[in-house]
Amino acid sequence: MKQSEKQADSFWGNFALSAAALMIVGLLVVLPLLVVLKEAFAGGVRVWLASVSDPDARSAVWLTLGVAAAVVPLNTVFGVAAAWALAKFRFKGRSLLLSLVDLPFAVSPVVAGLIFILVFGRHGWLGAWLTDHHLRVVFAVPGILLATLFVTFPFVARELIPLMTEQGSEEEQAALSLGATGWQTFLKVTLPNIKWGLLYGIILCNARAMGEFGAVSVVSGHIRGETNTLPLHIEVLYNEYRFTASFACASLLAGLAVVTLILKTVVELKSARDAA
Amino acid sequence: MKLKFREKSVLPGFGLSFGFTVFYLSLLVLVPLCALVLRSSALGVAGFAETILHPRVVASFKVTFLSAFKAALINVVLGVTVAWFLVRGRFPLKRLVDALVDLPFALPTAVSGIALTALFAPNSALGAALGKVGVKVAFTSTGIMVAMIFIGLPFVIRSVQPALADLSKELEEAALSLGASRFQTWWRVVLPLLAPAILSGFTLAFSRALGEYGSVVFIAGNMPMKTEIASLLIITKLEQFDYAGATAIAVALLSLSLLSILLVNVFQSWTARNLGGA
Repeated sequence: MKQSEKQADSFWGNFALSAAALMIVGLLVVLPLLVVLKEAFAGGVRVWLASVSDPDARSAVWLTLGVAAAVVPLNTVFGVAAAWALAKFRFKGRSLLLSLVDLPFAVSPVVAGLIFILVFGRHGWLGAWLTDHHLRVVFAVPGILLATLFVTFPFVARELIPLMTEQGSEEEQAALSLGATGWQTFLKVTLPNIKWGLLYGIILCNARAMGEFGAVSVVSGHIRGETNTLPLHIEVLYNEYRFTASFACASLLAGLAVVTLILKTVVELKSARDAA
Repeated sequence: MKLKFREKSVLPGFGLSFGFTVFYLSLLVLVPLCALVLRSSALGVAGFAETILHPRVVASFKVTFLSAFKAALINVVLGVTVAWFLVRGRFPLKRLVDALVDLPFALPTAVSGIALTALFAPNSALGAALGKVGVKVAFTSTGIMVAMIFIGLPFVIRSVQPALADLSKELEEAALSLGASRFQTWWRVVLPLLAPAILSGFTLAFSRALGEYGSVVFIAGNMPMKTEIASLLIITKLEQFDYAGATAIAVALLSLSLLSILLVNVFQSWTARNLGGA
């Protein structure tokens, strides 16, 4: 009697909990994603195809891909270097450096864009010098690169630092004492140990690099076909009330988000399997 | 001197990796942020105060701060529920739900912005239904809060989830077997143990919401004095070439965000010390 009562309670408890959680995730997370798809294909597949192959949309896609292709490798190299210095060594100011690496996460995207205007803009620190040399940083592609570098700065580092700290450096010391060079040790011992964490960081960094809006919006200047990344192109279309075209482009980025989540889950499963 | 700076290690590459890290960090993050601080200090205290205390600026901070605070509070309730489900619940597709939770991180903010607006616009099914019961979401401060809830939810879930997984069920069973009610067990045993994780989730969600732009700006309506968020006001000032004004608001926003993170760090190291690092 008592036993069955307890089970019934936990069944209904589990039911209520599951229902509540599924409703929260369904309403708040899944529904917006479905809305994007619904609106994107509101005019049928042909309209969708026309919207995403429009010349301005195409140049936005290329710019977005190009920015990610430049930003992700740079921040990956930085992330690995920062993790090597911060995880494998103990030095003065280490905790300060740790929090400075995380700093860009605390900065609003709009502020992240603004600081580059203050340095490279017409009235900025380097503004006069840049104008004299006919160089453009802000309201051009270099500004977009800088702003994207800034907002995606910590992703790889913050995945690797805790991982490499936990792993310690005994394996590296063993390799070195057996006569491996520094680079050999890194490539053959450290890299295989951190590969999943590294990949995880790269996936997140890439998603943010392709999707960044606020920071890029401030520095881009919104020159159509030139400095509009895909998120900015979506905004332009939306503000012109071309909703279907806007959502069609948004569906590309929503697809990227879904692919990101799938890859992330696969990496999580693989690294859990390796650890077991 | 050099030996004191760093503990001895046989591993190579400290100079290279440390040097590169500091160089890259300075170039990309520290120098531009210094530009922000120096530019705003050029305003002087009086100029800074004048910009910040302008009614439109005050109103924008009020709506940003209040919406972010309310959204983070709501996210604590929603986030703890979902985290509880992900750790303790039994459901066949739990793994899928777990992956979906990160969607607000992965979805570009402009996309979530227009999606939420389309979802809650007065001419949409949901917006019309809510309108019938007198709730207006799109283009009101409620809309700002909804977007901030969307963007902040994963922070609370991902903070609470590992803490909940570490929580041993025996503690609860001990409390229950000693005669505590379910509610007492939850309130006096579980909640205090989860509190640090909840607090850090709250702060992360709050700080993200303070600076959020893309997902909020479409649904907000952007009426000065009413539904204009601080980030948008920075952009408006920039478009009017009011660099000083933009800089002052940015400094205030950044300080607020850093302050909230600092407060939580202090609180957490305090609790860690007082609970004996347990």
